[in-house]
Amino acid sequence: MSAAAGENVIEVRGLISQFGSQRVHDALDLDVRRGEILGVVGGSGTGKSVLMRSIVGLREPDGGSVRVFGQNLLTVSTAERRKIEQRFGVLFQDGALFSSLTVSENVEVPLREQFGHLNAAQRQMLADLKIGLAGLPDSAGDKYPSQLSGGMRKRAALARSLALDPDILFLDEPTAGLDPIGAAAFDQLIRTLRDALGLTVFLITHDLDTLYTICDRVAVLAEKQVLINAPLREVEAFDHPWVRDYFHGPRGRAAQAATGKTSLG
Amino acid sequence: MTAANPPSQLDPVTGALRLHGDWTLARFDQLQPLLESRGGPNAPKQIDLGGISRLDSAGALLIARLLYREKLSLEVIVADAPGQRALIAAALHTLHTPVAHPPGRRWSDLFAHAGEASMEIVNQVKRLLGFIGEVAAAVPGVALRPRRWRVTSLVHHIEQTGLDALPIVALLTFMVGAVITFLGATVLQEFGASVFAVELVGFSFLREFGVLLTAILLAGRTASAFTAQIGAMKSREEIDAIRTLGMDPIEVLVIPRMLALLIVLPLLTVVAMVCGILGGLVICATQLDISPAMFLNRFQDTFEIRHFWVGMVKAPVFAVVIALIGCLEGFKVAGSAESVGQRTTSSVVQTIFLVILLDALFALLFQEIGW
Repeated sequence: MSAAAGENVIEVRGLISQFGSQRVHDALDLDVRRGEILGVVGGSGTGKSVLMRSIVGLREPDGGSVRVFGQNLLTVSTAERRKIEQRFGVLFQDGALFSSLTVSENVEVPLREQFGHLNAAQRQMLADLKIGLAGLPDSAGDKYPSQLSGGMRKRAALARSLALDPDILFLDEPTAGLDPIGAAAFDQLIRTLRDALGLTVFLITHDLDTLYTICDRVAVLAEKQVLINAPLREVEAFDHPWVRDYFHGPRGRAAQAATGKTSLG
Repeated sequence: MTAANPPSQLDPVTGALRLHGDWTLARFDQLQPLLESRGGPNAPKQIDLGGISRLDSAGALLIARLLYREKLSLEVIVADAPGQRALIAAALHTLHTPVAHPPGRRWSDLFAHAGEASMEIVNQVKRLLGFIGEVAAAVPGVALRPRRWRVTSLVHHIEQTGLDALPIVALLTFMVGAVITFLGATVLQEFGASVFAVELVGFSFLREFGVLLTAILLAGRTASAFTAQIGAMKSREEIDAIRTLGMDPIEVLVIPRMLALLIVLPLLTVVAMVCGILGGLVICATQLDISPAMFLNRFQDTFEIRHFWVGMVKAPVFAVVIALIGCLEGFKVAGSAESVGQRTTSSVVQTIFLVILLDALFALLFQEIGW
């Protein structure tokens, strides 16, 4: 926690992502500041998930650079890179839980691999904490992923991504498939964790309620670039057809009316 | 963190517990015993977080466990940095609902496992018989209405299971034919009867090996493919989609596959017979001084058509076994990707087992009727 708040932990510069002849990102720039919850929105196929995969190093950019904690993931040594990757927590769209392990074993996997000196009881203690933090019911610990509902799988995956107390949490549509009460609780949970742990959260979402209740800034992906990356009020006022339709459509207005007055933006 | 300050220090006068340094996951193994021993008479009246340089959820868990055990409220925490109290509260909250864990394994589980496995075999036989019945009931309805023949699908499966398997079947049976001839000739030579190697390879490939090798190859190649295809569809709810669209999965998925194998397996069996005998012919010509002309002559003299039919009659039976078990195992896939793997293994093991078992039964039968 030595670095000051407001400093950029992720800097994407001139990112190019290309699939065959189709270019998804063209000279895309994005900054993520320490301690903020950044909401990333955009229509289907604008490459939100691709952007996330490029940042966490799962996909090699076709051009441009990605710097995390001031280091370029593509040029540092493998050992350096592993160290940086340990500071990431990633929640994939479908959870990506290991299907042959129970939920609590899933959460223990990173602890077992990275902190071998913990004994079984300590590991279980920590796994129970993360399962509880993620809001799973007490019976979920010894279930297999295939026995869980979609929303519970999400929570189990969040528990696993929190296992190592990451500095940056990447969430790919965390509230999709959750019921509204569960989604609201999930939002609050993310905010609590951010406040307590000083987490930086990179949050891909379609959920307007999430944007209005917890996001400090919102980045809009369209036309192969980040159109605007600013607090919600400025984004709302931004003059672009997609942004207008998104924030001022019926759902956008409802979310505004419900939470607009207390919005942090 | 300085050496002068241990991670936790209890002031005997005020009862305040002062924590120092990093309370993080990296030191969890050392910190955990420290607070677990603070209870009962030397329980703290106050917990001072002022000396903590870093606190993460692992450290918060330890403090929360202490609070929970001693039934202390969050009020005993003093000098906390912003957010730390909320984190401890969140950790404390999780302790109120203990997480379920599976019971440990015991040696007596062995019996339970053996019982389950036995019941599984019984259930599998029941399900297979039920599935055969279901397919048999669906066949006439389709056969009588040419509109519902899925020709495209049938041709696709014929290509995948037949044409694509042709090279491997031909090569494998050629080599086995060569090996059998060679082995037989080595033994027969001692009696000066090496020419009987021709009958040996001819009979064995017509009656047994042609169809058996083909069926075993297709069991490994095709039954597994059927299970994986249908299993992947099942796990993505495609089977349910087929049902809700008013179609019958057996008609759409099983019958074309079964029909394709019924056409393909006899054809491949003929190829296997020819290639095996060809392998024998090559060995005879190169190693045993039996020229190809002599080989064919001898083969023609000793050949009886019943040997061919003994082999061929088994082909459709094996085809049905391979197709039905491959499809049934696919339908049994549940949810996870792991399950697809398990069922695929099971389908290959079952088909090979049943093919060999049935082949043995056929051999007994033909023995009895004197063919």
